[in-house]
Amino acid sequence: MTKTLSRRGVLKTGAVAGAGVALPTIFTASSAAAFTNEPTGSTVTLGFNVPQTGPYAEEGLDELRAQELAVQHLNGEGDGGMMNTFSSKALKGNGIMGKQVKYVTGDTQTKSDAARASAKSMIEKDGAVMINGGSSSGVAVAVQGLCQEAGVIFMAGLTHSNDTTGKDKKANGFRHFFNAYMSGAALAPVLAKEYGKDRRAYHLTADYTWGWTQQESMAAATEAMGWETVNNVLTPLASTDFSSYITPVLNSGADVLVLNHYGGNMVNSLTNAVQFGLLDKMVNGKKFEIVVPLYSELMAAGAGENVQGVIGSMNWNWQLQDEGSKAFTKSFGEKYGRPPSNSAHTCYVQTLLYADAVERAGSFNPCAVAEALEDFEFDGMGNGPTTYRGADHQCFKDVLVMRGKENPTNQYDTLEIVEVTPRAQVEYAPDHPMFAGGDLGECNPGA
Amino acid sequence: MLGLDKKDTGLLLVVVVLALFAPFILNLFPTNSGMAFFNGGYPDLMQRFAIFGIFAIGFNILFGLTGYLSFGHAAFLGVGSYAAVWMFKLLNFNILPGLVLSVIAAGLLSVLIGYISLRRSGIYFSILTLAFAQMMYAIAYSDLLGRWLGTTITNGETGLQIYNDDPQILLGNGPNVPHLFGLEMRSKVDLALGPWNFTFPVGYYLCAILLILAFYLSIRIFRSPFGLMLRAIKSNQTRMMYTGLNAKPYTLAAFVISGMYAGLAGGLLAAMDPLAGAERMYWTESGAVVIMTILGGVGTLIGPILGAGTIKYMENIISKMNESLLDSWFAFLPDWLQHAVVWVATWFTGEGWHMTQGLLFMLVIIFLPGGLVEGGQKLTGLFGRKRAQTQTKTEPAE
Repeated sequence: MTKTLSRRGVLKTGAVAGAGVALPTIFTASSAAAFTNEPTGSTVTLGFNVPQTGPYAEEGLDELRAQELAVQHLNGEGDGGMMNTFSSKALKGNGIMGKQVKYVTGDTQTKSDAARASAKSMIEKDGAVMINGGSSSGVAVAVQGLCQEAGVIFMAGLTHSNDTTGKDKKANGFRHFFNAYMSGAALAPVLAKEYGKDRRAYHLTADYTWGWTQQESMAAATEAMGWETVNNVLTPLASTDFSSYITPVLNSGADVLVLNHYGGNMVNSLTNAVQFGLLDKMVNGKKFEIVVPLYSELMAAGAGENVQGVIGSMNWNWQLQDEGSKAFTKSFGEKYGRPPSNSAHTCYVQTLLYADAVERAGSFNPCAVAEALEDFEFDGMGNGPTTYRGADHQCFKDVLVMRGKENPTNQYDTLEIVEVTPRAQVEYAPDHPMFAGGDLGECNPGA
Repeated sequence: MLGLDKKDTGLLLVVVVLALFAPFILNLFPTNSGMAFFNGGYPDLMQRFAIFGIFAIGFNILFGLTGYLSFGHAAFLGVGSYAAVWMFKLLNFNILPGLVLSVIAAGLLSVLIGYISLRRSGIYFSILTLAFAQMMYAIAYSDLLGRWLGTTITNGETGLQIYNDDPQILLGNGPNVPHLFGLEMRSKVDLALGPWNFTFPVGYYLCAILLILAFYLSIRIFRSPFGLMLRAIKSNQTRMMYTGLNAKPYTLAAFVISGMYAGLAGGLLAAMDPLAGAERMYWTESGAVVIMTILGGVGTLIGPILGAGTIKYMENIISKMNESLLDSWFAFLPDWLQHAVVWVATWFTGEGWHMTQGLLFMLVIIFLPGGLVEGGQKLTGLFGRKRAQTQTKTEPAE
C-alpha cells in the first residue's frame, strides 16, 4: 500500500505540475464563441425533439418524418417540396448558408423532464443550434424555457395551449401552430350557424393547463354567440373510461357536449359518448351534438366511425388545395406512402422557416434569427398569407374547421373541411386577458 | 482513514476517482471520430449520473438494509425539486437555501408517509408508498393544492418555472441563473487535448462532491450499530420483536434518511435545471430507482451508483440512436444484410431503448442476482488473485 501510494504521489505531482504549466494554453472558457453552438465547420446541426414513446408517439413519429423530409429539401435532395412555393426565395437548396444540414433526434416521452434532458444533450453534446418539434404544451413550455436559458432557437411543434405564447412566452421561442383561443374564435360562428344560437353546452375538460385554456376559450367564444354554459367538469388526465362523466350530461338539460380532450382521452370520451347514444337524443327539441375543439388526423383515425358528423378545428389539413399544401403532400406521400398530419406540416414548415430566417439574417446567431422571424410575413406554406407576430412570437394564419366525414373512402379520409376561417377572425391583441401575464424577455444568444 | 477500514477506504477512493475524473472517463472517444456518439461526458448527463447516484444510494439505505421496498420514492424527489424552485422564485438563484429546504421538505414528508406506511411490511408497504406517491403526483399534476389555496403551487402539468416577475427578493444584481455564491452552475471549462475535448462543468462538480459526501455517509451508516440493527430487521423482524426491541423507530429513521437523500437529489435536479415537473413523481420514476438499485446490486455500497449510471446512460445515449445513424454504421455490409441488421437494431435503439433496458435487467436478475457488483466480483474472481467474495450476497426482500 505504501509503495503504490508513493508511486501515485509522484505521478500526481507530475500531472498537477504539467497541467499547471499547460493550463493557460489549452483551457478555453466557453465564452469564446459569439453565441451558443456557433457552427464553424461545413455542417450545421438541428435538433428534432419529438415524442417517440408515450401517448403522443404517433404524432411524434410523423413529425420526425416531416423533419427528415425538410432536411432533404434544404440539402437540395428530393423535389424541394414547399421551397418551390414559399414566397421567400432565400433558400437555395445548398443547405443553410452553404452548410450542409445534419440533424439529431431525441425522445421527449411527452414528459417535461425527459424532453429537457434530450434537448440538453442535443445542445451540449451534439451542438444543435435549434430545437424543433414536440407534442404537448407542457413539454413545449418546458423546452422553450430551456432554450431561452441555453441560448438557442426553439420552434415549438404541436402545442395548442394559450400559455405557450401567453404567460410562458420566451424571446427565443416561436410557435407555428394555432392555439386554443383561435380554435374558439374559428369554431363559434360555425357552431352557431350549424346548431343555432340558442344552445346549452356541457364541457368535459382534461384537468391540466391545455384543457383549462381550451375550455376557457371555448366557453368565452360560444357564450359571445349566445350559448349558455351549463357545466364544466374536469376529468383526470389518466382517465380511460368516461362513462361516469357522460351520464350526468343527459340529466343536465344540455344539448351540446364539448370535449376538451386530446389524444387517447378524446378517443375514449368520444367513443363513450357515442355509445351512450348521445348523438341520437333530442333535447330541448333539438338534436344533441358533440364538439371536439382540437382535432387531429391520428385521433380521428383512432376514434373510427364515432367522429362522423362531429365538428372540430385544425391547424392545417392535407386536403387543402393551395400550391404549398399540394407540393408538401405530394413529396411527403411519395417518400412515406401516406398523407402528412397537421403536426407533420407544422414541424416541416418550422424547419424551412428557421433555415430561411438564418439565410435572410446572414447569421446563425439566435438573436439575429429571432429578429428575422419577428413580424415576418410570407405565403406559400399552406394556410395562405401568414405572419409571425413579433410581440408574442405567435403565428397568425387561417384556421380550419373540420367535420368527421360520413362516408370515408379510405383510412386517411376521415375528416372534411367545413370552413377555412380567415385570419382576421382569429386575431387578438397581444395583451388579451387570456394571454396576459407573460414577458418575452430579452433574446439570449448564450455563451 | 476517516473512520473507515481498509476495504471501505478503497471503495470510497474508487468513487472519488470515478466522480472527479468522470469528464475523462466518459469522453473516451475523440470528438470527430465515429465512436464519439458513445461519449457521455457532457454536462447534463454527468450531472444526472451524480444526482441519480445520490438518489439510488439513499434508496439503498432503506431497501438494501431493511428490505422494505418503497415504490414511492419519486414523491420525495419531486417535493425536493418543487422546494428548490420555490426558493429560486422567492429569494434568488443561490442554490444553497433551495438545497437545504428540499432536504427538509422531503424529510418532513417522509416522516408523514413513513409513519403511516411502516405500519405494514412487505407488499402492503410497497402498495402504500405507491399510493401515496401517486397521490402526490395527482396533486402536483393538476395543482390541487394551488387551486385549493387560490394560487399556483406546482403549476400543474406545465411544471414550475421561474418568471421575470417573480419576487426574488434577494436577487439584486446577482446572476440570473442558478449559482452558489456567484459561481454559476452552467459555466464550464473546456479542455482540448489533440482530437479529444473534455468539459468540466461547475454544476457537475458540485453534484460530484455531494455524491462523494452522500456515499461516505452511506458507508458510515452501513457500518454503524444503527446499520446493523437495520440488517437485523431485514433478516428477522419477528425475532427482534420477541427480544423486546421496537423496530419501527429504526425503519422510520431509515425511511426518513432515504427520503432526505431523494430530496437532495430532487433539489440538485432543480439547481442544475431550474424547473420542477410533476412527472418527476410519477410511479415509473419510483420504479426506475428500484431498477437502478437492483441492477447495480441491492445492499452493496457502490452498486446503486453503477446502476444509476447504467440506466441513465442507456436512457440518454441509446434512445438517441435513430435509423439514419444505424444505416451509416452498418453501411459496410451488403445491402440486404444492412437492412436486416438495421431492422433488428431499431427494435432495441431509439424509442426501443426500454426494450434494451428490460433485456439487460432480465439478464442481470437471472444470471447475476447480486447485480453488476456481483458481475464485477465474478470477473475479478476469474482473472484476479482473489476469489470472488460472497459478502455482498443479498437476501430477497420480505
